[in-house]
Amino acid sequence: MLRYFLTRLAGAVPTLFVIVTITFFLIRAAPGGPFDQEQTLPPEILGNLQSAYGLDQPIWTQYGRYLGALAHGDFGPSFKYKDFSVTELIGQGFPVTLELGTLAMGLALILGIPIGTFAALRQNSAADYVAMSLAVVGIAIPSFVVLPFLGLLFGIYLHWLPVAGWEPGSIRHLILPVAALALPPLSVIARLARASMLEVLRSHYIRTAIAKGLPLHTVILRHALRPALIPVASYLPPAVASIMTGSLVVESIAGLPGIGRYMVQGALNRDYTLVLGMVIIYSTLLILMGLLVDLLYAWLDPRVRLQ
Amino acid sequence: MISSLVEDALLRLRSNKAAMWALAIVLGIVTLTVFGPWLNPNGSETLDWSHVASKPTGQNAHWFGTDRLGRDLFVRTLEGARVSLAVGLVASAVSLLVGIAYGAVAGYIGGRTDRVMMRIIEILSGLPLIFFVIFLTVIFGRSVYLLFLSIGAVGWLTMARIVRGQTLSIRQMEFIEAAVSCGAGTSRIIVKHVIPNILGPVIVYATLTVPQIIMFESFLSFLGLGIQEPHASLGTLIAEGAGEMEAAAWILLVPGGLLAALLLSLNIFGDGLRDALDVKGR
Repeated sequence: MLRYFLTRLAGAVPTLFVIVTITFFLIRAAPGGPFDQEQTLPPEILGNLQSAYGLDQPIWTQYGRYLGALAHGDFGPSFKYKDFSVTELIGQGFPVTLELGTLAMGLALILGIPIGTFAALRQNSAADYVAMSLAVVGIAIPSFVVLPFLGLLFGIYLHWLPVAGWEPGSIRHLILPVAALALPPLSVIARLARASMLEVLRSHYIRTAIAKGLPLHTVILRHALRPALIPVASYLPPAVASIMTGSLVVESIAGLPGIGRYMVQGALNRDYTLVLGMVIIYSTLLILMGLLVDLLYAWLDPRVRLQ
Repeated sequence: MISSLVEDALLRLRSNKAAMWALAIVLGIVTLTVFGPWLNPNGSETLDWSHVASKPTGQNAHWFGTDRLGRDLFVRTLEGARVSLAVGLVASAVSLLVGIAYGAVAGYIGGRTDRVMMRIIEILSGLPLIFFVIFLTVIFGRSVYLLFLSIGAVGWLTMARIVRGQTLSIRQMEFIEAAVSCGAGTSRIIVKHVIPNILGPVIVYATLTVPQIIMFESFLSFLGLGIQEPHASLGTLIAEGAGEMEAAAWILLVPGGLLAALLLSLNIFGDGLRDALDVKGR
């Protein structure tokens, strides 16, 4: 198990390397540079700036230098946020984004799995119908529409919750963004859980378990739930990707100081190091998620052997 | 034989009330976006300084009110929806073409080619592709054509998977064998015999791709990376509305409501079509 984990972790390094390389040259291929402004800078100043950041070197030298610094855990200085290193910028914003994302993912799982299971147990009942209709709504309507609507309802008309803004440690400010962010994956998870639960409930070993007189909740919790969760587990990496994507807009609507804004702004400003840092953070998260899912498979389905 | 299958499916679709309502709503929205702007005397870019950010009161010709520059929201939202729909259709067509070609080739040729091609799809679907689209739009400027291409480029992955799966099951059939024995080449078999026989599921997933792509385009426009001022898509309008929400809720509610209705009915119709054609079973 540990050996499998370490091998897979080592296997992630070349993937990250490829992603970093592609991003590095892709963003450099973009016209313009980090020091473009309304007024063009005098050539001497521009030259000084470029040499200070090493931009006057041949691109391969810059690439080598960047990789070298990266190997030491240094993401380099930000080009646009003067006096800040990319590590500092991401270090400040990441906890907020992580909290938002984790809460949303947690909510989606904690509500989605029981809703799906319940709907499967009551197949074709009114409750099932309502839950699955709501799931279609959750899947169809993107979080950047849901969040302003929620803000309008709970913030402006009902005055229950703040529409936007952020205070450290305040849960009230996170409720609406988390709800908006959790809704799409929650709906997908509920649907997946329902479909696979229906399939599992038809299998022979469940019939046996019921026939030998086990109470229904024992049958569900001990025998049916684990195999039924396999499709949910395969959905986890796309769910994380969707939450990451959603948090780009949700953070900006709700005014949360996370790292979402750096992605678009960094690319627009040609803040090369910041964009690379963001890509590295997000790819690492996704790769770790993929690894976690493989471990989950082995736990959910005893027939899976990790090699 | 074929026609009875199609008739069966149509019958099942027609008895699905939710799907038929959804279809009616979609068609209604499409008709409105095409003809609606003509019904209203206002232009989409005309600034009416006597009615700036005015509520939809029914007292003047601004049926859904105006935005903070005095532009008519009814016309602007419908023209925005027209743009969103156009992007959705064109980009879906792009992803359809790429997905069908890729999936059919991988599934029909099989073996190592198939493994490599599917591995590529696996890697690509693991990446947060939105970031690459953001890059592409930032790097190569914000042209509408690039928007079509880059969104289509993201949408084809699922389609390719589905087409491959269908192709794998069709490849074993006797009419393919017959075609091979008649001396038909690989490309001819794929184009003439494989693709026409997998169109059912492909159509179903294409209907489900359109709302995804509309959502994606709105997302990009919301971030300011898609359609640019003075043109608007639903995403741009919603971004504007979200900023004005506290003072002028209708600027958000009109485009937001339309996008929600459009996406919801497209999804419900797509689901209904899938159930009617029973893509998974059989």
